[in-house]
Amino acid sequence: MTSLPEKTEKKLGLVIDLDTCVGCHACVISCKGWNTENYGAPLSDQRPYGTDPMGTFLNRVHSYEVQPDSGQAQTVHFPKSCLHCEDAPCVTVCPTGASYKRSEDGIVLVNETDCIGCGLCAWACPYGARELDQAEGVMKKCTLCVDRIYNENLPEVDREPACVRTCPAGARHFGDFADPESNVSKLTAERGGMDLMPELGTKPVNKYLPPRPKDAWDGEEDILAPFLTPVAEEPSGFLGWLDKQLSRLPGDGKTDS
Amino acid sequence: MTVSPPLDLSPKVSDEVRKTTCYMCACRCGIDVHLKDGKVAYIEGNRDHPVNQGVLCAKGSAGIMQVNAPSRLRAPLKRVGPRGSGEFEEIGWDEALDIAVGWMQPLRESAPEKLAFFTGRDQSQSFTSFWAQNFGTPNYAAHGGFCSVNMAAGGIYTMGGAFWEFGQPDWDHTKLFMLFGVAEDHDSNPIKMGIGKIKARGAKVIGVNPVRTGYNAVADEWVSITPGTDGLFILALVHELMKAGKIDLEYLAQYTNAPVLIDSETGLFLRDADDKPLVIDAVTGTLTPFDQKGVRPNLSATHNGHRTVMALMAEKYLGPQYAPEAVAEATGVSADKIKRIAAELARVAFEEAVVLDQAWTDFRGDHHTQMVGRPVSMHAMRGISAHSNGFQTCRALHILQILLGTVETPGGFRFKPPYPKPVEAHPTPHCHTKPNCPLDGPHLGFVRGPEDLALKEDGSPARIDKAFTWENPMSAHGLMHMVISNAHAGDPYKIDTLFLYMANMSWNSSMNTRGVIEMLTDTDENGDYVIPHIIYSDAYSSEMVAYADLILPDTTYLERHDCISLLDRPICEADGAADAIRWPVIEPDRDVRGFQTVLVQLANKMKLPGFTDETGAAKYTDYADYIVNHERKPGIGPLMGHRGESADEVGRGAVNPDQMDHYIEDGGFFVHHVPEEASYYKPWNMAYQKWAVDLGLFDSPQPYLFQLYSEPMRKFQRAAEGHGDRQPPDHMRERLKQVMDPLPFWYPPFEDAHIDINEYPIHALTQRPMAMYHSWGTQNAWLRQLHGENPLFIPKELWDEHGFKDGDWARVTSAHGTITVPVALQAALNGRTVWTWNAIGKRKGAWALSEDAPEASKGFLLNHLIHELLPPKGDGLRWSNSDPITGQAAWFDLRVKIEKVSAPLESQPAFGPIKSPVGQGPGKLAWKVGK
Amino acid sequence: MHPAPSVIAFTTLSGLGFGLLAWLGIDATPPTGWTAFAFFAIAFALSVGGLISSTFHLGRPERAWKAFSQWRTSWLSREGVCAVAALVVMGLYAAALVFAGAHFALLGWLGAALSLGTVYTTSMIYAQLKTIPRWNTPLTCVLYLAYAITGGALLSGRVEIALVLLLVSAGLQILWWMQGDGAFSGRGTTMETATGLGSIGTVRSAAPPHTAPNYLVREFIHIIGRKHAQKLRVISIALMAVLPILLLLLPFSHMAAAVAVVSHIAGVAVSRWLFFAEAEHTVGLYYGAR
Ligand SMILES: Nc1nc2c(c(=O)[nH]1)N[C@H]1C(S)=C(S)[C@@H](COP(=O)(O)OP(=O)(O)OC[C@H]3O[C@@H](n4cnc5c(=O)[nH]c(N)nc54)[C@H](O)[C@@H]3O)O[C@H]1N2
Ligand SMILES: Nc1nc2c(c(=O)[nH]1)N[C@H]1C(S)=C(S)[C@@H](COP(=O)(O)OP(=O)(O)OC[C@H]3O[C@@H](n4cnc5c(=O)[nH]c(N)nc54)[C@H](O)[C@@H]3O)O[C@H]1N2
Ligand code: SF4
Ligand code: SF4
Ligand code: SF4
Ligand code: SF4
Ligand code: SF4
Ligand SMILES: [Mo]
Repeated sequence: MTSLPEKTEKKLGLVIDLDTCVGCHACVISCKGWNTENYGAPLSDQRPYGTDPMGTFLNRVHSYEVQPDSGQAQTVHFPKSCLHCEDAPCVTVCPTGASYKRSEDGIVLVNETDCIGCGLCAWACPYGARELDQAEGVMKKCTLCVDRIYNENLPEVDREPACVRTCPAGARHFGDFADPESNVSKLTAERGGMDLMPELGTKPVNKYLPPRPKDAWDGEEDILAPFLTPVAEEPSGFLGWLDKQLSRLPGDGKTDS
Repeated sequence: MTVSPPLDLSPKVSDEVRKTTCYMCACRCGIDVHLKDGKVAYIEGNRDHPVNQGVLCAKGSAGIMQVNAPSRLRAPLKRVGPRGSGEFEEIGWDEALDIAVGWMQPLRESAPEKLAFFTGRDQSQSFTSFWAQNFGTPNYAAHGGFCSVNMAAGGIYTMGGAFWEFGQPDWDHTKLFMLFGVAEDHDSNPIKMGIGKIKARGAKVIGVNPVRTGYNAVADEWVSITPGTDGLFILALVHELMKAGKIDLEYLAQYTNAPVLIDSETGLFLRDADDKPLVIDAVTGTLTPFDQKGVRPNLSATHNGHRTVMALMAEKYLGPQYAPEAVAEATGVSADKIKRIAAELARVAFEEAVVLDQAWTDFRGDHHTQMVGRPVSMHAMRGISAHSNGFQTCRALHILQILLGTVETPGGFRFKPPYPKPVEAHPTPHCHTKPNCPLDGPHLGFVRGPEDLALKEDGSPARIDKAFTWENPMSAHGLMHMVISNAHAGDPYKIDTLFLYMANMSWNSSMNTRGVIEMLTDTDENGDYVIPHIIYSDAYSSEMVAYADLILPDTTYLERHDCISLLDRPICEADGAADAIRWPVIEPDRDVRGFQTVLVQLANKMKLPGFTDETGAAKYTDYADYIVNHERKPGIGPLMGHRGESADEVGRGAVNPDQMDHYIEDGGFFVHHVPEEASYYKPWNMAYQKWAVDLGLFDSPQPYLFQLYSEPMRKFQRAAEGHGDRQPPDHMRERLKQVMDPLPFWYPPFEDAHIDINEYPIHALTQRPMAMYHSWGTQNAWLRQLHGENPLFIPKELWDEHGFKDGDWARVTSAHGTITVPVALQAALNGRTVWTWNAIGKRKGAWALSEDAPEASKGFLLNHLIHELLPPKGDGLRWSNSDPITGQAAWFDLRVKIEKVSAPLESQPAFGPIKSPVGQGPGKLAWKVGK
Repeated sequence: MHPAPSVIAFTTLSGLGFGLLAWLGIDATPPTGWTAFAFFAIAFALSVGGLISSTFHLGRPERAWKAFSQWRTSWLSREGVCAVAALVVMGLYAAALVFAGAHFALLGWLGAALSLGTVYTTSMIYAQLKTIPRWNTPLTCVLYLAYAITGGALLSGRVEIALVLLLVSAGLQILWWMQGDGAFSGRGTTMETATGLGSIGTVRSAAPPHTAPNYLVREFIHIIGRKHAQKLRVISIALMAVLPILLLLLPFSHMAAAVAVVSHIAGVAVSRWLFFAEAEHTVGLYYGAR
């Protein structure tokens, strides 16, 4: 089982738009909610009402600050869950076969009844996408909501990951990267979707859309946006201008100035 | 190729889905509550709901941890130890109600004002105010006075509505969105959805905020403004736009009071015999009431030396004090950047106009074939309102929008029903009490002039919070933050019973938290508490619980009926009126009761009019009964949908006993759409006016002009100048003359004038974390892992200057107090500002947390540095730390100094623990209700 | 990486045990009878004890047997298979020596190969991880093997060989440290590549995803001061090699030999502690720490 499928029929995954993510953590909590009640053991919490509370989460939102060479620092909210890598090192290291990548759709899963909780897959994952549940002793990771996306007990519109369904800003998109016409493939192409740590050769399926360029008005003189030209500096001049303008205004108020 | 192990891809999601309304903030999204074996298994957004359309925020999704929180109160509590100890005894409801009635009934019979009833961020204000009115006390308000009354009142006095639940950007058409001082807002999910929508289109977002997180992180352009200076920045934009003639003259002439003539002597409008403001018609050149058919009001006319509002504005805003160069230093925004933004506003508004081929008819009877929009939209919240210059700043922002012609036009800002609603359509405040009688009218309202102030015969304040007095004449939401200190001081008078509902006044809802704690526990010479009785309703073991004598434990939001009513703070969208309910989707497993039901029961016991008939028989058994059967006016009740015998009447219609069931069946809400031809220009659009009257929002059409120039303010200014028979005390005159300027202007936040700003050079702010709701987030096992402690974020400049390193602590001192707290670096932050997350710090022993919880050891409140009064200035007076017009608490005027100190054991000040009336939560959690 | 005591004990002890087994396996004139029993008892105690302690950090130790199934892909699985094979083969070999005084050299050579194979598979568990550049080098395997045979030589009383091997191990260890210190930056994996935000500017972690700790932070981020690390390295080399060499150069005494062995084991344990504690995982980048 721990050998990776040579090719998967579909490549299901997420596109996360860093230009739009406001860092609200909605996806974090809906993921926790869905996956506590569904797939496998509940996501447990240790000392939930005490000091150092510590629980299992399959999706977490980081906040980074990026300082360009010149200009203002930028803040980027950065959600991260399993990227369902094509060349998933977490799968091949697993001694029990509990970790596997589905040949149907490329989803990387842990079969909890086989997992011995050795933690090696988490060591092998460069992204910190796996967490060992402290109560259950088994490895937990994003399931891409495999129990939602095909779930016939859910209305068709709801057959998408919990985090995507809930994201208020619409910063998360779900789809099949094997299909060049899918929403995720198109977004990736249009917006330059990128891989995280491409140098490690994991070939992540999930893509991140980079933030659009910011703070254009802080740079040098921008010829495309000239300042306004004054019509009058003084109140009297302004009122004189007003008179002239008003005499030109049409009477029925349906046109643009 | 490998074979995947078998997997159940279609597990059962739930036994049943019950649809109700979220409660974790005032956004009030629709939720689908999935139940297994009668227990909550999962909560997600309701796709059909007008507010959230399926999405849900972190708090909403974590509702499951809210309804099973170990901090839930379990039964009514009677205090047995001293106040503040947390020592209680559980009692039955009969005893609890008897105690409450035993305290309140005698007050009603002798001096109803001795009961002060104040509520927090509750969503049933039309009901709670109805109760208070029938009790007869003038002392009622919700929390708006310390929250955002500047925003609400500034909007209503200027254009008949404000942001958040009053209106929203036209997300579908806007091309440039400018956001001022918002971290989260009341309209949480819609703002996120809107920002997502416009970003997907590639439209530009400008964020004006000292802090760059959240919405400001995704803003394309960030204006790192210095706190308290938005008014200057906005008026500099106004200056630039006027100077360049980039203002919508047509719009200003037709729909605003810009062409109205101001009496050069009184500063009031020139009016005709019917009291209608007068303009000069550009076509005929004659003086005429503004609203006549075919009138083309002339913006630059003069009449016998009386000039138009437009002329006064030109004089004011073209002045050099508002030139970009003049404001750059104070605002921290370069003159070039201000000019660039002005140019972009003008370009988008006038060169990228949105034109909809939708005919409409205005209030003058003139027919228009198109709707022309200026696709610039704006939104603002507490960042500009929670300052002592907030009211005028909010007005300035509306003036900016109106000059651009973006309000109620396509692509701009749109009102949500029941707004737009001019000041004239709102009540005025009432404060006349008589034993055993209801109050003479609604407590809160919008004053039109000095005649509406809530003053007694002798000129002293009629209300305990001194709302609607010369100190804050337009305090439309009351001043909850002054209640405890005034009651403690017996100024303006003593009260007997303080009745509070869901407001954590001994913690994060108060400025000067320690001072408030002392006032709540202070005793007189006889050893009696200075505030004799405190009754409090909370659902959880909050810090405030310890300070009450009697606790009325509420249900959680999934266990009770509620009503989100058009009479109150509804959930409408610009395209439709909407209201909603909550209903018990699960049964409480504790001896608790919905607070509104408890109010009904108290009212019945006291035989309050409005709740009982002439014979003293109860009209309503509980809140659900009230929601369905109460009529505010004949045919108009709390819910607009499914009225009338056959449940098909909307807005107006007879009581329908099955109304609640219809709501439950329909997903817990009701929407009534605005017709196409009424979608924009609502204040002047006759189709909208008719729709609103049909729905019961008004009794007759209420078209009006936007009030660039505020006549009510001028009336107060005139009083200060010595006109009229209601006169302010002399020491108030100068301030009133200055701040009640009928045209918005900027003045420095008051704190700056009361302290040495060289000693306290740094601004200190809070922001709401998107995933936490004030103090309640903390009892939530999932959410508290996100924000269980809060550092003070420090900009690069100060970080380097003080030689801070990761893990360091700082002592932060204001003119009022000192805290010692952990620090963290943030480069994307105004260089003169520090900030932290709001309400993460907790008192030991509260919320069923362990005493060593990080919230109590590393978390902290900034509130210890803030005071409800400004530091003494040597004039023998203590001025309140609030907006002089509305009384809005000036949370964000705070100035501090910081110094690096070695790490203490825990953040300071540290308070002793309170005894938890509910014990402590379990050590492990693995919640799963299904098998 | 979190230096889990069970993993440190496992790799240290089992390495020694399998090293000793390897020497016993290739010994042309192995001990027999009670002497053999004593040697094998020590070797098995170390290797089996190490293996058992490695199950302490499992979330579900009762399912440990499942770990044998994936030998085709997983080095951890291979380690299990190899270890069991080594123990079985060496068990037979030992039984023959102890109870029958018979020496099956071929069996011994096979067992020795399997023993060293076990050490190699253990080392590959670490060396394969691209996520931890410090470990991700063939030198890690060489080091593990060197430690195993050095320790084995010491334990089996091969003083001259041990003296040489101690020097070699110390040299390899220093080499491994030197290479390791530049490994992470040499890999080119940075916060910028981890976040993809490098094209905008320099990236800094502004806030962790949760203020509460989590498994990842506890498991992968362990920061020890540089000064601290250098001191421990010196201690490790001193205990692992310098002191044993000095003791072995003295005229032979059982006491000195025993101290040399104990010192060596302690030195290896310190080196193993550093092996984990100094290892920086790429996950740390997401938390602004390495
Ligand atoms: N998640 C969540 N949502 C909530 C709440 C909650 O507790 N949690 N609370 C609800 C309540 S009661 C309220 S009142 C609303 C409040 O909603 P917001 O108005 O968004 O409230 P704050 O978090 O106080 O945010 C104030 C913002 O103003 C900025 N600011 C401060 N001073 C200035 C200034 O001078 N100029 C400018 N331009 N910006 C400034 C701060 O940096 C901060 O970003 O949120 C409601 N929604
Ligand atoms: N420094 C600083 N301080 C601030 C602010 C700031 O920006 N900075 N913002 C201010 C503003 S705008 C606001 S609105 C206040 C908010 O502050 P508070 O009004 O104190 O709000 P909370 O603490 O969230 O809630 C009050 C109480 O309601 C209880 N409660 C929750 N659910 C229920 C329920 O269903 N029934 C009942 N009966 N009780 C319930 C909670 O347990 C809590 O004790 O904070 C103010 N304080
Ligand atoms: S829900 Fe969406 S916007 Fe919120 S943190 Fe997650 S991805 Fe970002
Ligand atoms: S992100 Fe990590 S856990 Fe997910 S497939 Fe890639 S390596 Fe495996
Ligand atoms: S923790 Fe479980 S899934 Fe991960 S490698 Fe070990 S056995 Fe496999
Ligand atoms: S896809 Fe499902 S499991 Fe994965 S992060 Fe989203 S909600 Fe969590
Ligand atoms: S924004 Fe969040 S907390 Fe507020 S009502 Fe909606 S889901 Fe609930
Ligand atoms: Mo608020």
